[in-house]
Amino acid sequence: MSVFIIRRLLQSVVVVAVMSLIVFIGVNIVGNPVDMLINPDADQAEIARVIRDLGLDRPVHEQYMFFVKNALQGDLGKSFVFGESALKLIIQRIPATFELAMVALLMAVIIGVPLGVIAGMRPTAISSRIIMTGSILGFSLPTFWVGLMMIMIFAVTLGWLPSTGRGDTVSVLGIEVSFLTVDGLRHMLMPALNLALLKISLVIRLARAGTREAMHQDYVKFARAKGLSETRVIMVHVLKNIMIPVVTVLGLEFGSLIAFSVVTESVFAWPGMGKLLIDAIHNLDRPIIVAYLMIIVLVFVVINLLVDILYSVLDPRVRLKDAGQ
Amino acid sequence: MSEISEIAIAEPLKVETPLHRFMSDFADNKIALVAFFVLLGIIFIAIFAPVISPTDPYDLAKVSIFDSKLAPGTKSMDEVTFWLGTDTSGRDLLSSIFYGLRISLGVGVLSGVIALCIGSAIGLMAAYYGGYVDTLIMRIVDIQLSFPAILVALILISVLGKGVDKIIIALVLVQWAYYARTVRGTALVERNKEYIEAASCLALSNNRIVFRHLLPNCLPPLIVVATVQTAHAISLEATLSFLGVGLPVTEPSLGLLIANGFNVMLSGLYWVSFFPGIALLITIVSINLVGDQLRDVLNPRLQK
Amino acid sequence: MTNQSLTLDVRDLKTHFFTKAGVAKAVDGVSFSVGKGEVLGLVGESGSGKSVTGFSIIGLVDPPGRVVSGEVLFKGQDLLKLDAEGLRQLRGNRIAMIFQDPMMTLNPVLRVDTQMIETIKAHDSSISKRDALARARDALGQVGIPAPDERLRSYPHQFSGGMRQRVAIAIALLNKPDLIIADEPTTALDVTIQGQILYEAQKLCRETGTSMIWITHDLAVVAGLADHICVMYGGKAVEQGTIDDVLDHPVHPYTRGLLGSVPGHNTRGQRLYQIPGMAPSLMNLPQGCTFQDRCPRADDACLIEPGITEPVPGRAVRCCHPHLDRNEEVGA
Repeated sequence: MSVFIIRRLLQSVVVVAVMSLIVFIGVNIVGNPVDMLINPDADQAEIARVIRDLGLDRPVHEQYMFFVKNALQGDLGKSFVFGESALKLIIQRIPATFELAMVALLMAVIIGVPLGVIAGMRPTAISSRIIMTGSILGFSLPTFWVGLMMIMIFAVTLGWLPSTGRGDTVSVLGIEVSFLTVDGLRHMLMPALNLALLKISLVIRLARAGTREAMHQDYVKFARAKGLSETRVIMVHVLKNIMIPVVTVLGLEFGSLIAFSVVTESVFAWPGMGKLLIDAIHNLDRPIIVAYLMIIVLVFVVINLLVDILYSVLDPRVRLKDAGQ
Repeated sequence: MSEISEIAIAEPLKVETPLHRFMSDFADNKIALVAFFVLLGIIFIAIFAPVISPTDPYDLAKVSIFDSKLAPGTKSMDEVTFWLGTDTSGRDLLSSIFYGLRISLGVGVLSGVIALCIGSAIGLMAAYYGGYVDTLIMRIVDIQLSFPAILVALILISVLGKGVDKIIIALVLVQWAYYARTVRGTALVERNKEYIEAASCLALSNNRIVFRHLLPNCLPPLIVVATVQTAHAISLEATLSFLGVGLPVTEPSLGLLIANGFNVMLSGLYWVSFFPGIALLITIVSINLVGDQLRDVLNPRLQK
Repeated sequence: MTNQSLTLDVRDLKTHFFTKAGVAKAVDGVSFSVGKGEVLGLVGESGSGKSVTGFSIIGLVDPPGRVVSGEVLFKGQDLLKLDAEGLRQLRGNRIAMIFQDPMMTLNPVLRVDTQMIETIKAHDSSISKRDALARARDALGQVGIPAPDERLRSYPHQFSGGMRQRVAIAIALLNKPDLIIADEPTTALDVTIQGQILYEAQKLCRETGTSMIWITHDLAVVAGLADHICVMYGGKAVEQGTIDDVLDHPVHPYTRGLLGSVPGHNTRGQRLYQIPGMAPSLMNLPQGCTFQDRCPRADDACLIEPGITEPVPGRAVRCCHPHLDRNEEVGA
């Protein structure tokens, strides 16, 4: 097990290194680094100073080492707009985005798995057909437009839910969270559901396919032959088997949720890192963009690592294979 | 069995071409057939938008600010009915949607075609040469596909800047990897079949083998991926334009129309973003439904 | 007939599958009985309806299949009249089942102890975990699994095929059932393992008085194990009797064909007998006797469905032209 984790850790470090190189090339070679990293309002003396500070007059490989050195010290430049460390600004926004993504993920499982299992147990029933049509629609609906329609119906017309912002937050271990206050939850409901929509469709499809397959397996029939109740057969024997692909795929999708939160956060004015990124793109605030990219790469790598470990915990067959190596 | 032989006896002269069979297989699914005709209609609208639109929404001489914010079905002062209402500048929404479809579809299809050409060429290269070339290409594809399309597009836009050409470049760069992976996968299977071996034995040139023998056999999965990817590209472009980092205001695609409506939605003018959204939805759903059916019809494993 | 002495009495069981392409009569009028501590061999080719018969008894026929008519009397009680909960309480408790492929019957993501304890708990919710674990350990020991404590904490994939089948048998034994339905439990195993499992099964029946229905296509397996035999063909029971009598003096042409096509020591060098044709599709059974297309004795009389006759006491046969000459050579 530990050998497995160490090997995966090393792989992750390599991916981060490669991605830092790509971001570096994107900023320094494809774009003009002076435009990218220096405030367009700066004067000549300021530009010359920053060029020297950033080492832009040095050869490319030295520049890269410099970039890496600074990045390792947590220095990815200062935001032009806020005048603060870009990394710090991003990190401040992370809890809001992660909270939203977590709740969306939870919604995807809570709504998607039961619907998928129902659709898989009796694939020809009318209820199953309705569920599947709904999931095709969920795949095709443009997220941002659905968000708008939600605001129109629930905030403008019915006035049930607030349309923007994060609401009241409480501090837990120094991190501001919304899900512990009623107001925060009311603010979170629409954006989280909006973000979850695509993933609900995905989970329904996965759970349905898994259930259909499991229902025909001998072990399900054997479980029935043992006299287990239908509840136990479905909740333990079927569910435990379909949760492996569901958890794996959803874990990998967590990164995509964070990426997609850019859209949801813009629609619902949710103060997360996605909103910050869009604002930064509008304001040409390059250090923020670079910091966002490096953070998101790190998030993806960590997620992939965690999913692999979780997968081996869930599926005993994977564990054995690894121990054998 | 007996049914088939009876038909064969009854109509011995009718020879079924592959195209015939493809069409009759496709028509088996009525929903897909409806989706196909809806899609044809949408393409027709997109091509002939200037001809069939009730008004030209971008002719400043004809757009009157006095017609702004009219609800669907209201008549203008010139007795023109605005079936879907007007926006804040007094433009007829129906005409705006027709023009918007033209831009959305145009950008989506154009980027799809370019990505298909580039992606297939790279995929074929990987499959044909194998070894290091293959490993390198597929590693890049894997890394890119592990990041969500929207993120890759946002990164590219933030590096490249805004503009129609930039958006198309971004959409191409987002999509090429899917085509490359599809073509490589199929080509690897096809390459090991006897007919390629036979072609090699005839000492045909590499180019001829790749483009005349390998590529045509990779087409069915490519067509399926192309439909799905085009729907994706249209949706992605709409999202980027909605976020204000996509097409410039001078090229009002459906995404931009929806974004414009967003600003006035809170004051109750629902139709300004509702109808463009419906147009977008119908487009994407019909492409996806056609793609789904194509996948079933073209899947060689399901054929006898 | 004294119902109470019989563990199981199946009367005119019919299970049909209602598919879009038509009705498949997988089981169409099967009757047999199993006494206490007896082993009944249910023999037939694939598609003869023998497995469906087994599933019909415990009410686990998958849709679109349905038991259409008949009686399944288990210790005098008709199982077909029981509701779902009543059947569930019997399954795994009084009637246990063992499946064909040991690689597929155990849930791959649950530990063996979980899968054993849940079987006990399903029928006795008051039992403590420790007692349940002790019973599971005993059951594993009973089927000859070494180091049961360690094995209980393992996952199925850590066992070999033969070991997994032993675990499945142990699970079947957990609640000391009155009847075990074994659906080709040795078919997927090596011959040597097969022998061991058969030996264990026989020993268990004799020691515990458990009755058993052993479903198989392999006459050799049944020959050494069963007390009675029931031969199925095309969804119908065509011949029944004590094992020795049926094997020595087969009356139905199909049974004779089956016996004749078993390679043996005496038939070396001779051409092996082969039943002509293929097993009929259950969708499209011939009118009358289902075996007529392949039967050397078939004539116009076979177009009318033959009833069950009793040529010798204790024997039942469904045939218009049974081989009644007891000195006739098998396979001719």
